[in-house]
Amino acid sequence: MSLSLTVNGRKRTVDAEADKPLLWVLREDLDMPGTKFGCGAGLCGACTVHLDGEAVRSCQTPIADAAGKQVTTIEGVAMNELGKRVADAWTALDVPQCGYCQAGQIMSATALLKQNPKPTPDDIDGWMSGNICRCATYMRIRAAIRKAAGLPAEMADASAIPAGEQLA
Amino acid sequence: MSEAMALSRRSFLVASMAGSAALTLNASVVLAAASANAPADVLNAFVRINADNTVTIGAKNPEIGQGIKVMLPMLIAEEMDLAWEQVRIEQTDADEKLYGVQTAGGSTATPRNWIPMRQVGAAAREMLVMAAAKKWNVDPATLSTAKGAVIQTSSGKTATYASLAKDAATQTPPDLAKVTLKDPAAFNIIGTSKPGVDVPKIVKGEPLYGIDTRVPGMVHGAVMKCPAHGGTVASFDDAAVKAIPGVLGVVAVNSGFVPEGKTDTLVIIADSWWKASKARKKLAVKWEDAAVTGFSTAKYEADAAKLFAAPAQTSAFKAGDPDAALAKAAKVVTADYEYPFLAHASLEPQNCTALFKDGKLELWAPSQSPANGRAETAKFCGLTPEDLTIHLTRIGGGFGRRLLNDYMVIAGQVAKAMAGKPVKVLFDRTDDFRHDFYRPAGWHRLTAGLGADGALVAFKDHFATFGADGKPVRAAQMNPAEYPAQVVPNVDLGVSYMATNLATGWLRAPSSNAMAFVFQSFLDEVAEAAGLDLPEFMRRTLGEPRELPGERAKFHTGRARGVIDAVCKTAGWKGREKGRGFGFYFCHLGYFAEVVDVSMADGALKVDKVWVAGDIGAHVINPLNAMNQAHGCVIEGLGQAMIGQKIVQEAGAITAENFGDFALMRIDAAPREIAVEFVKTDFPPTGLGEPALPPVIPALANAIYTLTGKRHRRLPLEVV
Repeated sequence: MSLSLTVNGRKRTVDAEADKPLLWVLREDLDMPGTKFGCGAGLCGACTVHLDGEAVRSCQTPIADAAGKQVTTIEGVAMNELGKRVADAWTALDVPQCGYCQAGQIMSATALLKQNPKPTPDDIDGWMSGNICRCATYMRIRAAIRKAAGLPAEMADASAIPAGEQLA
Repeated sequence: MSEAMALSRRSFLVASMAGSAALTLNASVVLAAASANAPADVLNAFVRINADNTVTIGAKNPEIGQGIKVMLPMLIAEEMDLAWEQVRIEQTDADEKLYGVQTAGGSTATPRNWIPMRQVGAAAREMLVMAAAKKWNVDPATLSTAKGAVIQTSSGKTATYASLAKDAATQTPPDLAKVTLKDPAAFNIIGTSKPGVDVPKIVKGEPLYGIDTRVPGMVHGAVMKCPAHGGTVASFDDAAVKAIPGVLGVVAVNSGFVPEGKTDTLVIIADSWWKASKARKKLAVKWEDAAVTGFSTAKYEADAAKLFAAPAQTSAFKAGDPDAALAKAAKVVTADYEYPFLAHASLEPQNCTALFKDGKLELWAPSQSPANGRAETAKFCGLTPEDLTIHLTRIGGGFGRRLLNDYMVIAGQVAKAMAGKPVKVLFDRTDDFRHDFYRPAGWHRLTAGLGADGALVAFKDHFATFGADGKPVRAAQMNPAEYPAQVVPNVDLGVSYMATNLATGWLRAPSSNAMAFVFQSFLDEVAEAAGLDLPEFMRRTLGEPRELPGERAKFHTGRARGVIDAVCKTAGWKGREKGRGFGFYFCHLGYFAEVVDVSMADGALKVDKVWVAGDIGAHVINPLNAMNQAHGCVIEGLGQAMIGQKIVQEAGAITAENFGDFALMRIDAAPREIAVEFVKTDFPPTGLGEPALPPVIPALANAIYTLTGKRHRRLPLEVV
């Protein structure tokens, strides 16, 4: 079936089976491989995108459900001021190891800060627990979210990077 | 596009006058052998000096998240006297004849490349100096270098590397073994924090990984593999699958597990992976698996019990007379320990893209061990290794899974069957869980004897592991130098083997990730019997600082003592305390001691803080990355112990389907703080991808014991 959606502000029309997940439409039909396939079951969060501003697992979102909606992916997250702050914090704190999960982490973190601009450590852990980082960069994910939120660094953040490196 | 330039055998540096941004490393930038007979492994790094005085450095090893893509170029840049801002980094292709060993495994890259990569940089610098000396007609001894320029301080003359590059390329390359390396006191890149070169691309979602490979005209393959390991395809009916629009066919291949002439994997090819994956439901397959369906977790447990009922079949290490010493011992401690099979569960599922054309095979491979992948793929495709071109992609997690190259072997055969069409083969998560090379399970029966003075006088293990014909399967062996074997007068490390149909493999800190739990937990029991805490027991058994021989590596008791003392000081260790545990381990040339603090909150175990002290030699090359690696090791180790990780087998097949069946550590279970310190000692630097992992597991188990009074002798720990 042919349907239209808006991806990162640009209207796109695709011809795909109605049950094809948004993830695979992005990766295969729209040539946007930034959104990652990890589990295909909504368990790891690697495929997280924003659908009309809400974080969703794109592997569990049939393309028919995205028709007519606004999709934001990692390729476009920095078009928005908050998304850019998050991506910049990720770069500044050198968060990634292998980096495969980080698109999903950044999309989830951006959604967190949108609805909770000053999250507590428990808020961060609770919200981000749907996103697996197999390399376990969690210390820096927490620090980067605090940095993007403009929150003061916790004691633990200082131990997440070597002494002498700038956190703020 | 980089400029293809004719290159003489003797040329070394080639200036790319094109000055373009999109560069690929190719023959124009090869650090060619100084002579035809020179050993390839020390003469094949890459350096290209660009017209704008940036310098492109080839990163030769596969990047799996360990940070090697930055670390190896740092070594070259240091000796070349570059400003880091000048450096541009590019991943090389896989070609061991040009670049030397290109393996991401065993934490070997640092010790293996520490000197050779610096020699490459120093040789480049020397040739630039020679070029300047000729140009200015001066003695090269009067010249120095800094920030990508050659300088004569006395005359004030200065020339950028870019301006000298063409002349430098015509200089006779120096003997790498004779180039002068920097005094470490002059290092200004090594030991400083350098962020990951791909991070700006990662945060923008740019294509980097194997799964992101896109080749014009590419089609997609989804796999169906015999669920029982070692089973083969008896017959299949693909009529219904082929009737689906967009499906191009089904190819049966041997993924490398079954005898030649047999197949164990069916690959459905379609114009979309989603379509190919969905079509699997319509593929009717009969498997031939009667010989392997008898293997199960329950069978291994029964087999281990049978092995323990008989004397050990063989011994990995024996000294003195342990039975006689135990008979005379003042105290005897015995305990059984065990741990399960584990999967790697790298987040990027296994994949590989391949194109077979005109008798040649081109692969885009997320492989940790591309040279082995080349040999195996060539063999299964009926090609010579030289027929293969292998591009290395960034890898979405390795952990040892991609040291074995079944995805290359599969993709190669499929591409050959689909000649002329590029094919990307991709596992789904269930395929990935069910067709891994698993960390083998193991069972240990341990006995220790203490003298009246509390000294360790005898030590015995009976290790029930997997093997055949008196030999262990991959990653299931006993290290004869397992501590404390070398410091006890009477010792026997007995081993017995049972069969498995599973393919086994190396999981981050292989063998050590299990042995640390077994031996350091048991030694905590022995220490308690001796009236000591584990750090003090370790100090007494380690004795005077000295080097002990070992099959894998020499073990320095003084370095072990150094990290034990360091972590005890930082954590404020005051002997046995409730909720606090300690573990030490030496592996991959690294010495690590760790302290874990745990508590119970609402009936659930919580790790509050972990302290890590590590000795990986005189230099921590990239501290920013080192910290991240140590954190990752600690959290992964905790994951192996405290969240129920185990691979279960029934009727020859693995039961795990997805992350609901095999949990990975999530952010809410990760400790809020991990304090890492490095103890610098006067030894060459060694790797950090693995050695920080093993000791956290016994430190956790020992902490739980002090908290609850219950000894946990089986992984995963069943707490609460």
